[in-house]
Amino acid sequence: MEEILNIKNLSVNIHAPGGTVHAVRDVSFELYPGEVLAIVGESGCGKSMLCKAIMKLLPKSAKVEGGQIFANGVDITHYSQKDMEKLRGKLFSYVFQDPMTALNPTIPIGKQIGEAVLVHEPKLPKAQVYERVIELMELVGIQRPRERYHLYPYNFSGGMRQRSVMAIALASNPRILLADEPTTALDVTIQAQILDLLKKIQVQLGTATILVSHDLGVVASAADRVAIMYAGKIVEIGTAEEVYYDPRHPYTWGLMQSLPALNKGNAELKTIPGMPPTLVEPPVGDAFACRNQYALEIDYHQQPPMFRISDTHYAATWLLDPRAPKITPPIGGKRNA
Amino acid sequence: MPETLLDVEHLSHVFRLSKHAHIRAVDDVSFQLHRGEILGLVGESGSGKSTVARCLMNIYQPTAGVIRYQGVNILDRREFARNRKMLETRRQIIFQDSASSLNQRMKVADIIAEPMHIHHIKPPRGSLREEAAYQLKYVGMDASYLDQYPSELSGGQRQRVAIARALSMEPELLVADEPIASLDVSIQAQIVNLFKHCNQEHGFSILFIAHDLAMVEFLCHRVGVMYRGRMVELAPTAELFGDPRHAYTKALLSAIPYPDPVIQKNRPRVDFEELEFDREGAFTEVTPGHFVLQEDRR
Repeated sequence: MEEILNIKNLSVNIHAPGGTVHAVRDVSFELYPGEVLAIVGESGCGKSMLCKAIMKLLPKSAKVEGGQIFANGVDITHYSQKDMEKLRGKLFSYVFQDPMTALNPTIPIGKQIGEAVLVHEPKLPKAQVYERVIELMELVGIQRPRERYHLYPYNFSGGMRQRSVMAIALASNPRILLADEPTTALDVTIQAQILDLLKKIQVQLGTATILVSHDLGVVASAADRVAIMYAGKIVEIGTAEEVYYDPRHPYTWGLMQSLPALNKGNAELKTIPGMPPTLVEPPVGDAFACRNQYALEIDYHQQPPMFRISDTHYAATWLLDPRAPKITPPIGGKRNA
Repeated sequence: MPETLLDVEHLSHVFRLSKHAHIRAVDDVSFQLHRGEILGLVGESGSGKSTVARCLMNIYQPTAGVIRYQGVNILDRREFARNRKMLETRRQIIFQDSASSLNQRMKVADIIAEPMHIHHIKPPRGSLREEAAYQLKYVGMDASYLDQYPSELSGGQRQRVAIARALSMEPELLVADEPIASLDVSIQAQIVNLFKHCNQEHGFSILFIAHDLAMVEFLCHRVGVMYRGRMVELAPTAELFGDPRHAYTKALLSAIPYPDPVIQKNRPRVDFEELEFDREGAFTEVTPGHFVLQEDRR
């Protein structure tokens, strides 16, 4: 299948007074039509910066330092903001974390969704815009849309607001949806629904989705493929089954071990010792080495390449080198269907 | 029978929004917290969990009901005044957003030592600064953080400072209002371990408010489920998760994300937003220690 988005060796630096932060370091991945790719990592690992770099919504202090972004086979790395405006909405849309700040509190929901429709089809008659808005509201699961068309964001619950934001994002049938922690600000119950909705949209419209999250538990239901990010790099990428049942990177092990669902009967939760490194001066070798109980000597000197495990599954750890000692992973391996 | 530390009876709190509008945030909630116990309180946002916590801490004056802390009616002004020092030191609260609950312009050492200063408590370990260092060490941070400001710390570290500050009073009751909600998964695990340690080694009683049910299942001895201001179920953890009785509890449990793609993709899910759950009836004990809000069948 032809990939719809191809990121090659992308690096993003943020120029701050305290020094240059290497927020995204040499990230490569592909996104295929109609799939959900989850990007999982701790805060500050560069996952949001990566999404913003793809959409060219980076803050002024941040710059794409290297690498290429191909959308539909076209190199958009050096597109100007004006060129990007033609792509945003049609090719890709962005769903932000906090639905309250993403919506305008003084404009009724229906009108806000209508605005998004009009941006892409400015000459559409009023009645058709209205029908399109109702259709979008139904698509994202807002019940009784005709009554709710005139309500304001503050009349809506958090889940309904996030649904409205998604309706705006879907207004012109984007082919890629970037959802940046769409459920972090929501309750568990609402979270489950929004994830179901993401999955439904992906099946119904064939939209490819990049789902950013910090919780492996959350993305299990929605993701087709999972990429684990640490300190600005993708350290493991594979299908959901491969990453959950056969994780290879020690950081993935650590993330999974700290989930309470996998700690039943243990006296305390497993944690990852230490802190993520600052990305002002990223460590020379593997950035995870100093927190990794399985670290090898070479981890401190040389960055591990992406080792191939299968055609879809890659991980960057020296443990996969044929010369490395064999270690039984502390987690995974069991497929409890 | 374990000693009852906190006894809440028929607690109700109504927020008046205007002359005509009011919100019944907490509606006839009763429960007990035993000494040395971790009681979880779960529910969606807006279900009244935080309001309960604030009523327990005398931050809100509830509209109706009685709260007894070790037999002292804390809502009675005279009784409160008589036991003021005990109530203000023995009960401590930790808020969700440590970025706004810690004073941005104070150093970590001063933040931790401030309660001792206010209550004129002589630091048991020499100076206030040494005491702060000791508390900081207890929550897993070293003394090098003493001279930093909250803005220089990460979310997990700030939450630790908030816990250290609460622990400096050597409390009996810790009320933790969504202490892990805005943290990373691995940091959540560290904080939850810290709570567990506090409880097991030092016998702190904890009221743990959260909406992450998986963490609650791991940490708490008993769990209360709140729905729109009412407590609909209260039971020992294993029983609540194994044999939920109220429809809302069942629905809530079905929403816990499980980190397994095959299981997670094939699970039946309950649709919430349009559902109304029963919130009428009497709080009845169905099996020993397991209370459910249900119609009185007698």
